[in-house]
Amino acid sequence: MNALTPPQYARTYRYDEIDREFLQERIAEFRGQIERRLAGELTEDEFKPLRLMNGLYLQLHAYMLRVAIPYGLLNSAQLRQLGRIARRWDRGFGHFTTRQNIQFNWTKLEDVPAMLEALAEVDMHAIQTSGNCIRNTTTDEYAGATPDEVVDPLVYAEILRQWSTLHPEFTWLPRKFKIAITGSPNDRVAAQVHDVGVLAKRNERGEVGFEVHAGGGLGRTPIIARKLRDWVPESEFLAYMEAVLRVYNALGQRENIYKARIKILVRDLGDEFTQMVEREYERMPRDRYRLDPDIVAAIGAHFAPPPFAALEDQELPEDPEFRAWASTSVRAHRQPGYASVTISLKPIGGIPGDASADQMEAVADLAERHSFGEIRVTHVQNLVLPHVRQEDLHALWQGLRAAGLATPNIGLISDIIACPGMDYCALATARSIPIAQRISERFASLDRQHDIGECFINISGCINACGHHHVAHIGILGVDKRGEEVYQVTLGGSATNDAAIGELIGPAFSYDTIVDAVETLITTYIAHRSPGERFIDTYRRIGVTPFKDALYAPA
Amino acid sequence: MPLLEDGRLRPDDWTSIEDDAPLPEGPAIISLARLQAEAATLAGRNAPLGVAVAPETQPEEIAPFLSRLALVALRMPKSKDGRAFTQARSLREHHGFAGEIRATGHVLPDQYAMLLRCGVSTVEVPEGTRPETWARSRDAIRIGYQAAQGADHPLSLLRRKLELA
Repeated sequence: MNALTPPQYARTYRYDEIDREFLQERIAEFRGQIERRLAGELTEDEFKPLRLMNGLYLQLHAYMLRVAIPYGLLNSAQLRQLGRIARRWDRGFGHFTTRQNIQFNWTKLEDVPAMLEALAEVDMHAIQTSGNCIRNTTTDEYAGATPDEVVDPLVYAEILRQWSTLHPEFTWLPRKFKIAITGSPNDRVAAQVHDVGVLAKRNERGEVGFEVHAGGGLGRTPIIARKLRDWVPESEFLAYMEAVLRVYNALGQRENIYKARIKILVRDLGDEFTQMVEREYERMPRDRYRLDPDIVAAIGAHFAPPPFAALEDQELPEDPEFRAWASTSVRAHRQPGYASVTISLKPIGGIPGDASADQMEAVADLAERHSFGEIRVTHVQNLVLPHVRQEDLHALWQGLRAAGLATPNIGLISDIIACPGMDYCALATARSIPIAQRISERFASLDRQHDIGECFINISGCINACGHHHVAHIGILGVDKRGEEVYQVTLGGSATNDAAIGELIGPAFSYDTIVDAVETLITTYIAHRSPGERFIDTYRRIGVTPFKDALYAPA
Repeated sequence: MPLLEDGRLRPDDWTSIEDDAPLPEGPAIISLARLQAEAATLAGRNAPLGVAVAPETQPEEIAPFLSRLALVALRMPKSKDGRAFTQARSLREHHGFAGEIRATGHVLPDQYAMLLRCGVSTVEVPEGTRPETWARSRDAIRIGYQAAQGADHPLSLLRRKLELA
């Protein structure tokens, strides 16, 4: 077995010869497109969407290659290869994103075909990580491991991946299209702020079906999705998705890029949108689009549970430092004696979501040793080892600590989502990463972080909201105001079952005062909280006024 | 302008007619507005008739006339504007249209295979177009993961080899 051989039990979809042939054809096609661009047969305007659909962006300082990590699921061989790519063709780092993907921020155009070949060696690609097409489907980072799961969403996420790959009708949509799917009643995928959010569930006969929401989104017009249907039977899943996309492709706005997402169409049409989808769904030749149970079973076989040992739950060792880490990073597993472990990519003062080549290799090794070689990327820009024996947790923690990956801050105030901002992104109007770094440094004390408890801070460096600031407990949006970076603050957002868009609290803060403002918000929460209340609970109980008074009161 | 069919160039024997110009003897493409306004007169015409529809036109609007049409020309004002893909698929799938579906406007060779899979039969291309580029693009990827129109058949599996040529 060499380093590229996938581990036996990791539940990634295993490519067959046809899938591999497809990837090779796709790489050859893109190579040809690059040649036509260089020969002047394609204008830059014509070439741009083609390169975007192969994951290649032109950013502030360099090209950026965004690699698809389907539904955030990786095996150890793939993560090791990502580390190798980071070392060879980037500056030794990769950046995990809120779409559960990875970006290489220092890519040279001439290296791209070789990078794509290296990805193909481990059945990976960069297809549809950009462009006005169906993007990488995201799902629950604890899929297949979490006790509250009703349906394992991975098999349906893979079906969506295959169905949406180079879809002949939906590759030139009005705008990008993002689908999230969960199989748990506790939404960890922010389903209601996606173009389509899918909740897989079971009826009283145990059959699988889907609750479908559409028209949610963040960006400059944050909207909570509309529920289209409470139940789509499994066999009609793709038919229904086709119907939604058809209505959008025919009627979505194309003139104004800021009004082109499906959320605007759904908002403007309201119930009529639902009825149009239903009408399309009713008249489709449904046999053609029926999802055969045999196909579900065949794809489902790729996601069969790993061979868990018969174990019992056990007490964790007494080591206090280990316990502090475990209290935030270790999560209950459906299988007795096992646990899921979240690995923080948010060291104090670090860049949220960044991992070095060495760290990627270290996590790959640890995943092989302790988690059947399986790794997940979370939309909070962390990693997860889904299936770890509880008896191995202490050893795993030591391994993570040696790699600088044992920051015990999962779910705490320094576990910040931040977009790349003006340090990398051509669209950004303000820096995000340095704000995240300074906030985490301000709250570096772990005792203090634990005292504050669960608190989500998300930072976006422009109104496009890649940092999901709208759905944070404390959202920070950097904007340009007459040449100066200023930061607006929203409070009370949520991306879970009680999805809510945060409320803008008042005038923006400067680059120098934004961290003080966050501290004031936290001090205000501490002063007002009742025992056991999280920041968001206190905010919901007492409202915005005390926070506003504290921030804007005359000195 | 030349036409691309089956990856090869061929002359276009259709003529596009302005709304205020008289119809010629041969195959003529007219606007949807004219088709609607002159439906009764056109019913007695023997030569083949085609209609040019705008991207925002819903196929339902031309459905009443389809039995008498031999061609529907779809327009892509920009290559990024993909409404024609849904129009073509709908004409084939919902309305059973068996005539020629032509893509006009700003079409890229890289979109050729997808247009064919949505039911488009011909593409209007600029003078000097090299058909080899289009044929190569069409054949670049011979695997499809989903159901489609035209030469494609309904799926028994989630994917199979394509036969577009």
